[in-house]
Amino acid sequence: MAETLAEPARPAEADRASGGLAAYRALLRAQARSQTAYRTSFVVDLVGNVGATVFDVVTVLVLFGVTTELGGFTLREALVIVGISSFAFATADLLVGNIERLPRYVRTGLFDAVLVRPLGALPQLLLMDLPLRKVSRALFGLAVLVVAVTSAGIDWTPGRLALVVVAPVAAVVFFGAVFVTTATVSFYWIDSGELANSVTYGGRDFTSYPITVYDGWFRALFAYGMGFAFVSYHPALALLGRADPLGLPAWVGWTAPGVALVAAAVAAVAWRVGIRHYRSTGS
Amino acid sequence: MGSVTATVAPPTHTNVTRWFRTFGAIVASGFRRQATYRQAAVAGVVTNTVFGFLRCYIFLAVAGAAGTVAGYDRAQLATFVWAGQGLLAVILLWGWTDLADRIRTGEIASDLLRPVHPVTSYLATDLGRAGFAALSRLLPPVLIGPLFFDVYLPRRWATVALFALSVLVAVVLCFGCRFLVNATAYWLQDVRGAMILWTLGSGVLAGLYFPLRFLPEWLQLVLWYATPFPSLFQTPLDVLVERDPAPTQVGLVGLQVAWAVLILAACRLVQRRAERRLVVQGG
Repeated sequence: MAETLAEPARPAEADRASGGLAAYRALLRAQARSQTAYRTSFVVDLVGNVGATVFDVVTVLVLFGVTTELGGFTLREALVIVGISSFAFATADLLVGNIERLPRYVRTGLFDAVLVRPLGALPQLLLMDLPLRKVSRALFGLAVLVVAVTSAGIDWTPGRLALVVVAPVAAVVFFGAVFVTTATVSFYWIDSGELANSVTYGGRDFTSYPITVYDGWFRALFAYGMGFAFVSYHPALALLGRADPLGLPAWVGWTAPGVALVAAAVAAVAWRVGIRHYRSTGS
Repeated sequence: MGSVTATVAPPTHTNVTRWFRTFGAIVASGFRRQATYRQAAVAGVVTNTVFGFLRCYIFLAVAGAAGTVAGYDRAQLATFVWAGQGLLAVILLWGWTDLADRIRTGEIASDLLRPVHPVTSYLATDLGRAGFAALSRLLPPVLIGPLFFDVYLPRRWATVALFALSVLVAVVLCFGCRFLVNATAYWLQDVRGAMILWTLGSGVLAGLYFPLRFLPEWLQLVLWYATPFPSLFQTPLDVLVERDPAPTQVGLVGLQVAWAVLILAACRLVQRRAERRLVVQGG
């Protein structure tokens, strides 16, 4: 595989595309090999990572241990919301969450090395340390989602069957867009790491509960200003066949894929603008 | 000459005044070191504030129409959340790997040559760090929370003093726990496993995800008496919001002190054991 990487870029467009793909594949394979080299560490990581998502779900169960309804929703209904959110966040974190390391790459100058290679900067960054250990978390999220939608007593129609597949995927795209957009802040402000957390992990917590529990400008900002209401709350309402206590019409739940695409477009623009703004730290 | 490790008591009579002066100087340098990371402090405060809103709304929704849950009223829950968001950075539950890093790189050797016991000098540095965090990280959420929520102010004067003491003991205890987790690096090459277990356990068992009073009574007893976790976070906050009558408050802080003494003793024991087998590599 090393030969493929070392070969000079060929003129033919098709050849270049296949060469690029082979290079990405090589990057991915190298990552998989290096991360599984230390078996015990990898297993500990797998277990540790699933723990975080488990505790998020446990928290919801504990809260329902001391109350019978949360923001007007029962445990079974709330679990559908948690399921979509956990699965989507864990999967997006697995695929794109690595971008969190961008501030470090910018600070250490490693980002320069990424930019001079004849491959896209974003895919390279994502593949450079694809955190395979997070697979366990995504699988647990999926299990919660499956249990939640099968036990919530949903009145299945063809439309809802489609939505139960499309909505979590749209949520993954949405969270992925949030990861990329917040990471681009570090092109302007290097020490912004924790700031991004407030939107990414904050968004995860926000989407784990019915938005009726929040209030005022805070709810307006997160739910509709940033669009987190469309990740799990509105799709869950559509699946459960419940009217929105806050008064939005029922079809809003079906707009989740559209909102996710808008978010992805915003992320793409933010990334391009950020890269153009980037000046090496010179280190 | 005999052993040159710092844990062996010096042959001459110890000068107490000089000891305190040294301790004070290390505390001051710990404070100054943190004061250089101002941008990070601002980013941290923003994150704490976002999570303050999230947790506060969720717990208030749990209290629901009844307005009380597990012995807390709405104002007490708000104080619990906002003071807790500030306290998080003061006790520094996560993200401290200084000792493990120095053990891994071998720099620990220079710590061992100093005439101050490593546990004492690291504790002093941590107290300085906590002092700066009390100003930069504890105050902002405590001031921001009341702007948006009705908070509970202590009714008994003794509570304020007891809270200050409880926070101080929590810092010392948390330092001790972190020292023990880091010290596994003396035996293990890779402390990630221990670190992951600590991160997972401390978050949920200390009362950060939900107040531990939401749990069944027997489980609370087990947690308080058999683990140090509630003494790290839940106890100072319960003292502040006067969840219990004064005698119980004092008893909880007493339990905290007992845990702090026990854990610090364990730190010294572990350090002593580690020095007997430590071989610093490199040259």
